[in-house]
Amino acid sequence: MSLPLHLWEIKEHIREVALEFGLDPFETIFEIIDYDQMNEIAAFGGFPTRYPHWRFGMEYEQLAKSYEYGLSKIYEMVINNDPSYAYLLEGNNLVDQKTVIAHVYAHTDFFKNNYFFSRTNRRMIDEMANHGARVRRYVDRFGIEIVEDFIDTCLSLDNLIDYHSPFMEQRNREEPAEPLTETPQIRAKDYMQDYINPQEFLDRQKQKLADDDVKSRRFPIEPEKDIMKFLVDHAPLDSWESDVLSIIREEAYYFAPQGQTKIMNEGWASYWHSKILTTRVLDGSEIIDFADINAGVLASAPGRLNPYKLGIELYRDIEDRWNKGKFGKEWDDCDDLQQKISWDRELGLGREKIFQVRKLYNDVTFIDEFLTEEFVAENNMYTFGYNNKSGHWEIDGKQFKEVKSKLLDQLTNFGNPFIYVKDGNYKNRTELLLHHKHLGTDLDMTYARGVLKALHRVWKRPVNIETFFDEKGLVLSFDGKEYSESPTNYERI
Amino acid sequence: MADLSKIKQDHRRFKQIVRGKIKQNLREYMTNGEMTGKQGKDIVKIPIPRIDIPRFRYGSKDTGGVGQGNGEVGDSLGEGEEGPGKGEAGENEGEKGLEVDVALDELAEIMGEELELPNIEPRGTERLQTMRSKYSGIRSVGPESLRHFKRTYKEALQRQISSGEYDPDNPIIVPTREDKRYRSWKETAMPQSNAVIIYMMDVSGSMGEEQKEIVRIESFWIDTWLRSQYKGLESRYIIHDATAKEVDRDTFFHTRESGGTMISSAYKLALKMIEDDFPIEDWNVYPFHFSDGDNWSVDDTAECMRILTDGLLPRSNMFCYGQVESPYGSGQFIKDLNEKFSEADRVVVSEIKNRDAIYDSIKTFLGKGL
Repeated sequence: MSLPLHLWEIKEHIREVALEFGLDPFETIFEIIDYDQMNEIAAFGGFPTRYPHWRFGMEYEQLAKSYEYGLSKIYEMVINNDPSYAYLLEGNNLVDQKTVIAHVYAHTDFFKNNYFFSRTNRRMIDEMANHGARVRRYVDRFGIEIVEDFIDTCLSLDNLIDYHSPFMEQRNREEPAEPLTETPQIRAKDYMQDYINPQEFLDRQKQKLADDDVKSRRFPIEPEKDIMKFLVDHAPLDSWESDVLSIIREEAYYFAPQGQTKIMNEGWASYWHSKILTTRVLDGSEIIDFADINAGVLASAPGRLNPYKLGIELYRDIEDRWNKGKFGKEWDDCDDLQQKISWDRELGLGREKIFQVRKLYNDVTFIDEFLTEEFVAENNMYTFGYNNKSGHWEIDGKQFKEVKSKLLDQLTNFGNPFIYVKDGNYKNRTELLLHHKHLGTDLDMTYARGVLKALHRVWKRPVNIETFFDEKGLVLSFDGKEYSESPTNYERI
Repeated sequence: MADLSKIKQDHRRFKQIVRGKIKQNLREYMTNGEMTGKQGKDIVKIPIPRIDIPRFRYGSKDTGGVGQGNGEVGDSLGEGEEGPGKGEAGENEGEKGLEVDVALDELAEIMGEELELPNIEPRGTERLQTMRSKYSGIRSVGPESLRHFKRTYKEALQRQISSGEYDPDNPIIVPTREDKRYRSWKETAMPQSNAVIIYMMDVSGSMGEEQKEIVRIESFWIDTWLRSQYKGLESRYIIHDATAKEVDRDTFFHTRESGGTMISSAYKLALKMIEDDFPIEDWNVYPFHFSDGDNWSVDDTAECMRILTDGLLPRSNMFCYGQVESPYGSGQFIKDLNEKFSEADRVVVSEIKNRDAIYDSIKTFLGKGL
């Protein structure tokens, strides 16, 4: 249902204020829906329709239950699309709705302007519907069991993509040149030959040629991170299977930037709903209600990092620092605490800076560049871990370096392990070999087995992954019937 | 706008899958008793293995994370497997999967299908009646909140037409006090078939924790099945060593005595219970007795047989005896029962060697449809 007149007027007002502040959102279409529709759309990841799959039903059941028991409700939902669509929950009070509308405009501004969203499909609503239609057609032909089972398989692999690949030039796959038959040497006059091309040099050249030859027969030539693509290109799939795999891959890439910018995106939206509402929209009678909602949004629980809270605080910190000139060499070199506290160069560059940040950064670079020692101390940030002796999760440190590096670890690659396809013709038996780039944390082996099973379903030949587990190199294999483990000389790529 | 039927379809698929998983793993659920601890009034929480999608991920407890808020180094953030933060940290070796709520009725249905249990034909007529009030009546007095608009309107219309006050061009109906009609309740008698399960257990020294756990799991499944068959189900609990007493459910599973064993004491008490509280014309009676098969004396065993033949069997739908194996018990009792009642249809015995045998034993007990 489209907005009733009074909400439409409020929405227009908020939009104008947002534009005056310099926000540049997509055109945003608001609809007002009841909680059941909201749960439905939320279960579909924000879209009105998706391909048929049980996990949406599971999601729906959980949302519906937790709403019924009064544990949670979804206030808003917005889709990265041009025009953007946003949903308001019917029956929310007016201050809720105002907060949500302002929040949504900041999101759609972020979608439109953040670099990492620049390659996403802005007609995704249509595309999702299209995916739905295609999958339904396969369901009609092959039956829900078969199709759904294959979707499960693909979903097991949907984090095996390369988040940077939308921004890379397509690698040109050059036709391999005719193999050289002669050892290349530097041109020299006859009498200089022994000096310019001594025997050692020629041997080395020969060796290099042989190495190149071996390398060029490797498949893939370099380890590839976009395993989904590798499978679409090379796995022996039926055409419908190949299509389903492509669909899952495409959707994974569509959702990736939202995962990459969770802190920034929610922080940005929270920053602006606060700013817009408290300075231009609310009257005195509404401010308590707003504070109540806002406190809920920014609340943090022990051992949990609230991206809304971390994001908004970081933007505010950046704004303050650039307003006062707390950056650059002089600031960094200053050791005088008193001077640092009262530092103010009155530059007034804060607003401009945060707009630049929302354009160019993602969570990893955002944290890497703007999380300062002062910020970590001020915001009581800590690292925690599991204490095997006590059986408790415990705060284990408040050191800036550790907080930052742990946070970056969690965000990099979404906290997923780095997995590459290393060899598509492993043992010269068209087996598949993946490589886990071990960065200090072992894989969960139960899950790894599950994934190998899915991978085998796609590759149809034995699949292997080399990893480092319990201080030892290890190849885990699945041949379609049984798992096996064998030691290997693990060398990180 | 979202097409309502689509999410409903996905939801139905999810339910189907859950049901399939339960069916497929029923034997496992019956063996490990994991779900019996998470029971509500009408539902039970069932952990569904591997319904989540496996993806490459890090082993859990190595990771930890970053948090924000008050607290000093060393402060606890919470205990156990779950870990703080959602999903990122510490799920039990990734095996845990998902917990879903399943209605006990549905569980019974699945159980019935999988174990091929026949429905029970309740004994006797449904003579026991419960009174239920239903709002199906109409009265001329009552609170305004229960006013029946349509009926009131009809009355007023009737009156106005018959008294000539009704004007078709200006059809205004004004009900008077006499026109008003109100909803009211009526008592209806609902016939109902009732059943009582009398659990008896040997708690003498030779019954260990594991044996009791087996009994506990068995009783959960028996309850679940019989509840689906009878509207009103009651359970009573008797423990015995050399003497017997009635206890509540909790005590039943947690008592350990050290004395000798006289099974007849329990049978006597059960018989008395039936005679006092459960007249056989109104009740379907299910005595279940669990022991390790060790009885005090041959005399007492003879006494047991006598009570069974003359007292318990004529009053019960069937009599079930489950013998759990313990390192101390002689296991003689089941042989005696078999010898004596090999012809009797309504005596069902089952030897439960270990947890794996629970499944078959339930099937034996409930497979007769008595």
